[in-house]
Amino acid sequence: MYRLLLCFRYLRTRYIALASIISVTLGVATLIVVNSVMAGFSAEMHERLHGLASDIVIECHASGGMPDPDAHLDEINRIVGDQIAGSSVSVHVPSMLGIDFNGQLITHHVNLVGIDAETYDNVSHFGRYLLHPDNKESVTFDLREDGYEEAREGFPHSGWGHRRKRAREQKYLEAERKRIAELSREAARLASGKPQKDSPEMVESDGPSIGFGGPTLGTVLPEGIREEGAGESPVYFDAETDQYPGIILGIATCSNKSRDAEGNVRDHYYCRPGDDVRLMFPNASDKPKVVNQKFTVVDLYESGMSEYDSTFAFVRLDQLQDFRGMIDPISGTTSVTTIQLKLIEGADLNAVRDALRQRFPPDTYAYSIQTWRDMQGPLLAAVRLETTILNILLFLIIAVAGFGILATFFMIVVEKTRDIGTLKALGASGSGVMSIFLSYGLLLGIVGSGVGLIGGIAFVHNINDIASVIEKITGQEVFDPTVYYFTEIPTILNPFTLAWVMAGAIAIATTASVLPAIRAARMHPVAALRFE
Amino acid sequence: MHSSPELLLEARGIRKSYHKDKIELPILRGIDVGFVTGEMSALVGRSGSGKSTLMHLLATLDQPDSGEVWFNGARIDNQSRARRDHYRNSQIGIIFQFYHLLPELSAIENVLAPAMIRRSVLGYLRDRKSLRLRAEAMLDRVGLLTRSHHQPSEMSGGEMQRVAIARSLMSDPKLLLADEPTGNLDTETGATILSLLRELNREDELTIVMITHDDSIAETADRCYRMCDGLLEDNASDAAKNSRSDSAKLETVAA
Repeated sequence: MYRLLLCFRYLRTRYIALASIISVTLGVATLIVVNSVMAGFSAEMHERLHGLASDIVIECHASGGMPDPDAHLDEINRIVGDQIAGSSVSVHVPSMLGIDFNGQLITHHVNLVGIDAETYDNVSHFGRYLLHPDNKESVTFDLREDGYEEAREGFPHSGWGHRRKRAREQKYLEAERKRIAELSREAARLASGKPQKDSPEMVESDGPSIGFGGPTLGTVLPEGIREEGAGESPVYFDAETDQYPGIILGIATCSNKSRDAEGNVRDHYYCRPGDDVRLMFPNASDKPKVVNQKFTVVDLYESGMSEYDSTFAFVRLDQLQDFRGMIDPISGTTSVTTIQLKLIEGADLNAVRDALRQRFPPDTYAYSIQTWRDMQGPLLAAVRLETTILNILLFLIIAVAGFGILATFFMIVVEKTRDIGTLKALGASGSGVMSIFLSYGLLLGIVGSGVGLIGGIAFVHNINDIASVIEKITGQEVFDPTVYYFTEIPTILNPFTLAWVMAGAIAIATTASVLPAIRAARMHPVAALRFE
Repeated sequence: MHSSPELLLEARGIRKSYHKDKIELPILRGIDVGFVTGEMSALVGRSGSGKSTLMHLLATLDQPDSGEVWFNGARIDNQSRARRDHYRNSQIGIIFQFYHLLPELSAIENVLAPAMIRRSVLGYLRDRKSLRLRAEAMLDRVGLLTRSHHQPSEMSGGEMQRVAIARSLMSDPKLLLADEPTGNLDTETGATILSLLRELNREDELTIVMITHDDSIAETADRCYRMCDGLLEDNASDAAKNSRSDSAKLETVAA
């Protein structure tokens, strides 16, 4: 009984010992914050990666892709049909995106994906990352009237309204350009006295950069490509009422984030739903030629993963197959480059992958069969490694705190020498005296890590408010949305993590008190009583 | 072995030396002494005469190099650690020159300390009402009931020594070992402590062994043993036995 009473009294009266466990408190709080942020981060990433990538992806590296996807799907169903919850086929092709922006051509390498909007959403998250609320429900590749993210600050007005306005400007500019060309031809004829054949072209190609700074889609592209592309567009194409095939662009392919003078993050959009863009990609033949096609942006895709947002562009599967010549003109069978599978809940990803690899061995088929974890392995491993190293480092901090406790406890034992002698003279055993200091250490550990636990949890709950306060004070962005694409810091408090952090810290505090406690237990009562 | 029935505590041929850098420093060089049940005895000697060491050996706080300590007809110095702890806790009471109260505990908690040491948490909680009553009775006995919730730092030396006496009485011991109980007190306060001890000796038939360097204090005892250089000077004290009721002065040989 005296042990409990004494160690509670020591806890209340020895403030120096409380000071020594502040480092335990801080260590525990930091560990909890770091772990929950890392867990939140990696869970968010897992979810997004998984959502984007579908469970298993079979990619064909041949330029013509794999013919007859239905036969492949039947075969897959025959092998692992009981595990499959959904499937979708698509065509992936590297391509160049060209956006006309204020008379300049902005090019961007994109991974053009032809998808079947119906099935694609079954195997991976797609619709939910689109900007238009109706597209979130069901994806179409037709331009919507308006309603694209109107709440978002800085997002330009998009949709048919924007397209009509732009088309009218375009027509006006076209008319104006023609008039000027006419005038300059007239002027040149008058000046030289004889007509010149080349001058109209010269003036026209100089026109945009000199006379017209405004948006002039169509004139900025090189002549050769323009000719080819022009052949595909409808003869009576009216931009006010018609659209090219729809395309959904990854948001980072056509925008960039930057800071204005006040340090606020601003998005700048090179194009928006309603604008036309041009894509160049190889066709599916063995001697590939460039296909040059105009598309109308119908929506933007924002997943939050910069890797995806900056590389993907989605079009309709049948249209892309048509453009690339992936439909056999005689039999009508199509080809695809990618099959994505979604597995049922709890299915063993690796087992399914291995079964498929056995059926389509890599030496025979140019297929790569991967799970989403395989594809994102390095990233996931990096996050895991980071978490592990941070945990080790922070536990070292707590271990350092342990040495602080050790030193403090030695001091307290020396200070309490006479009391230890008294206790022994009153009949306390060595182990009894030892347990006073052990339970004192345990109690300090519990108090220290308990305060740390509460502090850590409070910090995690208010982490976004704290981040904004720190931003205000230091002027430094804590969680840079231009880097992370998260609007707030994701956190997850895992009870298991909390428990082992607590247990670890308490164990360290108790271990640190073992040596001083042994010293106290071994103290000779006579020497202790005589101690001045 | 046979021991005289009226001797409560007995030292037989006690030798003890300290070793420092291979030099043997003899403190006690063969002490034979017995303390009679119900008597108040005094051990007098100058500093360094070995009287404190003898008391530590009698209290089993230390062990003799040779010789035996007998208490109530049983040898105790060679007992197990747990037995000796129990002996100190329950059979005897000890008071010190510097009181040795635990500064974190209040007066009544200090008095309760031996009872707490003896019992487990559950055992203490079960008995706590009766123990508390006993502790209050002990504090009342030494006249400090009103101070029971004061910390030692709020008390005077005499009060602290009285709390220490109350603590030593907590286990209802047969024997009280007092190491210079008045050594740190002024004469007047010392006198009240001494009269308290005498009162306990008379009324409760408590056997008291008191160590002191002050002859005038030693003279208040029923019996006086004089120590010098690790030896008892008056070995013929049996002859000088006084009756307990008589508080006559002890004729000392070496005086």
